[in-house]
Amino acid sequence: MNELIYFFNYVVVAGSVTGCIYAMGAIGVTLIYSILRFAHFAHADMMTLGAFVVLLLTLAFPHAGDSLGLPTAIVMLPLAMIFTSLVAVGIDRVFYQPLRAHGVKPIVMVIASLGVTLMLQGLIRLFSGTGAESLYVEARKAIFRIELPGVTRPIIITEPQVILFVVTLVAVIGLHLFLTRARLGKAMRAMSDNPDLARASGINTKLIITLTWVIAGSLATLAGTLLSLDVAFKPDLSFFLLLPIFAAAIVGGVGHPYGAIAGGFLVGFAETLAVFNWSVLLRPLRDSLPSWLELPNNLALVGTEYKIVVPFFILIAVLVWRPTGLFKGKVI
Amino acid sequence: MPLLEAIDVHGGYGGMNILNGVDMAIEADEIGVIVGPNGAGKSTMLKAVFGLLTITGGEIRLRGDPITNLAPHKLVERGMGFVPQEKNIFPSLSVAENLEMGAFLKPGTVSRLKRQIYDIFPPLYDKRHQPAGELSGGQRQMVAMGRALMNEPSVLLLDEPTAGLSPRYMNEIFEQVKRISATGVGVLMVEQNAKQALRIAHRGFVLAAGQNRFTDSGEALLADPQVAKSFLGG
Amino acid sequence: MNPTSQHTPSQRPFPRREILLFGGLALVVLAVFASMGPAYATRMMVEAACYAILALGLTIQWGYAGQFNAGIMGFVALGGFSSTFFSIPVNHAFWASDLPGRLGWVLLAIVAAVALVFAVSRIDRLGVPRWLRTLVTVLVALVAYLVVISWLRSVTGDIESQVDFIGGLGLPVWLGWIVGGVLAGGIGYLIGHICLGLRSDYLVIATLGIAEIIKAFLKNSDWLTRGTATISPLPWPVPDPGEVGFVTARALYFCVTAVLIAAIFFLLHRAYHAPWGRMIRAIRDNEVSAAAMGKSINRRRQEIFVFGCILMGLGGAVLTSFTGIFDPQGYLPLNHTFLVLVMVILGGPGNNLGTLFGAVLVYVIWIMSGPLALALMHLVTALGGDWFGWQPGNLDSRALQARVFVIGLLILMVLRFAPRGMIPERIAQHD
Repeated sequence: MNELIYFFNYVVVAGSVTGCIYAMGAIGVTLIYSILRFAHFAHADMMTLGAFVVLLLTLAFPHAGDSLGLPTAIVMLPLAMIFTSLVAVGIDRVFYQPLRAHGVKPIVMVIASLGVTLMLQGLIRLFSGTGAESLYVEARKAIFRIELPGVTRPIIITEPQVILFVVTLVAVIGLHLFLTRARLGKAMRAMSDNPDLARASGINTKLIITLTWVIAGSLATLAGTLLSLDVAFKPDLSFFLLLPIFAAAIVGGVGHPYGAIAGGFLVGFAETLAVFNWSVLLRPLRDSLPSWLELPNNLALVGTEYKIVVPFFILIAVLVWRPTGLFKGKVI
Repeated sequence: MPLLEAIDVHGGYGGMNILNGVDMAIEADEIGVIVGPNGAGKSTMLKAVFGLLTITGGEIRLRGDPITNLAPHKLVERGMGFVPQEKNIFPSLSVAENLEMGAFLKPGTVSRLKRQIYDIFPPLYDKRHQPAGELSGGQRQMVAMGRALMNEPSVLLLDEPTAGLSPRYMNEIFEQVKRISATGVGVLMVEQNAKQALRIAHRGFVLAAGQNRFTDSGEALLADPQVAKSFLGG
Repeated sequence: MNPTSQHTPSQRPFPRREILLFGGLALVVLAVFASMGPAYATRMMVEAACYAILALGLTIQWGYAGQFNAGIMGFVALGGFSSTFFSIPVNHAFWASDLPGRLGWVLLAIVAAVALVFAVSRIDRLGVPRWLRTLVTVLVALVAYLVVISWLRSVTGDIESQVDFIGGLGLPVWLGWIVGGVLAGGIGYLIGHICLGLRSDYLVIATLGIAEIIKAFLKNSDWLTRGTATISPLPWPVPDPGEVGFVTARALYFCVTAVLIAAIFFLLHRAYHAPWGRMIRAIRDNEVSAAAMGKSINRRRQEIFVFGCILMGLGGAVLTSFTGIFDPQGYLPLNHTFLVLVMVILGGPGNNLGTLFGAVLVYVIWIMSGPLALALMHLVTALGGDWFGWQPGNLDSRALQARVFVIGLLILMVLRFAPRGMIPERIAQHD
């Protein structure tokens, strides 16, 4: 039983946490792709930027959240989401829009987004240094221990994780309602389906593009902040996020927001399961195993230092066997 | 004053002239049909009217106002609807959502107009929650026309609405075009099925090499032995 | 090599732009010689030459075939590993122990495991249902993987604890350079095989990923590369500074790199005017019509991609040998991927001469901008301290970050205002 709790804490909880983060990042990537038709490589850095803005705001007003009983970082989220969205829209206007107007190939947009990646990385590290920093400034992370009868090991879940699950659920439901009910949300899907016809129907495509950046920027801020709140803010966050969120978006079928959510959880759980040491679960069976079968201490599929291999392997597998993704994305 | 009027229109793609002086005029409740051999500039003319290519000479007027080389979305605001030949629906949106997108500029009128469209195209009502991409070719064409009508256009441009459809659907589409025109919408369409299309046409324009060859009422053109011989396959 | 030549020689204009630009570049290099001394300047020139090889690799991928490789760093690291492994002295302690035998057995086991999994994946031909085959294959692969990896872990663990690492082969360094190119080309073949038929964005993400994986592998395989403990010194193919002094040794090394670049230029020139090159240009100028003529576009692209990767592996090997230390953590996306990208797009993608120009110019600016960025950083922090009470420490790393920002901005500016570089490749117009 203890082993099962261990499994729950280290796989179910951890996998859900990573899954939520990747899903929110991948939704942004997939939305930008479906409206603007290019892979936006600076997205992981937008997640970092959002978290960094929250860090700055939290440092400036460390006790803003006390009266609400929430971590200050959470209270600062809306402000940071607005700021990051503005930055995203600004980057689009200054850097991407002129290239679009020139009618460049998508690959040039990709290189431009790599340029934006470097700019954002440089800026963030210029001001933050390179060390890790907790988003709990002058406060402590609450950790919930749930004791089950008959087991010694408690289920452990932290406050940021609970907030993350709630926020992800709200964000996903909100996005779903927006895309299926709101006039602009439907227009967004229409533009992703057929941009020329959307224009010919009188849909304001500029507005839709702005809206896309706002949604993607806000989700990026949410994901980046909640990840940093759970662990710590690191300026090289984007390095660990880039490959998984793209793998998630591609697994789900590029241009397919619900696919991105599924892809995010798939990649998140695959990573967690791959680095999980399975010999812990098999330990109770050790005595009943035949003597010739010696159980190694380390039965993890890959070491944590090779975690990056997991999303890459998933990516390659999808590209080889099903390039349109599990949910039939738009374009190969 | 005609609803839509084109006077001596010249234009083409990338410096190559395809239209060499086309004249056209239709009234508010008329159906105008453009026919002619391949490469005569039929679709090009329709695209020129809708601002999709640059007109280098001549003029286009809507109710007497010059609209030459206005951007498509400006024309939509002025009450022009355009149904392209291909890619004329939003495949992953439901039928109802497709129609709503047509009325994007007039969100207040959506439910009233949707009812009207379902009256014109009854098969769409049953499929209104289905993704438009899953419908049959004829039904897609209905969705496309319905989408354009949602903006309450005064003139509707149709680019080969019956291309690739079975004869049964073709007749149905022509019936519906007649019904649309009866509500006071001017229709200008390009057609490959020249004979059938001219039967419902008030005005017919036979183009060849980017110029009007014959211009008359649909009936008169059908009766003209020269037109029949050179353009309607005897 | 005259990459700017038109299809008919009579159209070739006098290369005034090229002569002016290269003349200016020569003046800049001379200025560095005069101000920083010959030892510094020769080192800079050798490194610039190594970067030129990398940039030539990217320019044929990006400029000739429109494939963007965002993982140059990985191929550089692979080349660096190969040159290190071949050239450093043999570790006799390793070869005297039973470890080589055990390692050999594990390698055999890996081959056997791969063969086993492959065989199992074919059992549907014996009438086994497909779903069962897939299930069995996955299970067998999982078990085989776990068994082999645990053997490998035990052997590599023993290598690390008993003999530090397996050492090198003690062979001439140029052999390592060649194998480095071959290794990089092999990885390039695999990646290209998977991604070249798909949208170009997928190649970017795949190369980005493979580069990080190669780096992670080299960094964590202490038994093979000593990992973060680094390996130095690395032998040179020419007399090293201890024998003939810094300037002479570096000048000799520079001659080697110059010969390499000349050889690459010659090969490219030959290929460019051969039927193969004509086909490449046809594909680049008009993909649709080239495909309509029945040309196998993906095959040609694959060849170009692999050739570019070979050059990157070679350049990385030469660069690492020159640096004299193999440090997996020293391979950075900024220095080894994005700097090369800037060289290529600034110089002129697809134009070899332009790429050479871009490589040398950007490298000189890059090297000289280090002290400049630091000075600027001091100025900014002084102002920031006065105005906002901002007191950052660790100015060195922050100055580096300012350069990251500038490189990013530079990429965007060039894409926007000079998308075809300073010496643009002339594309034939057919109208």
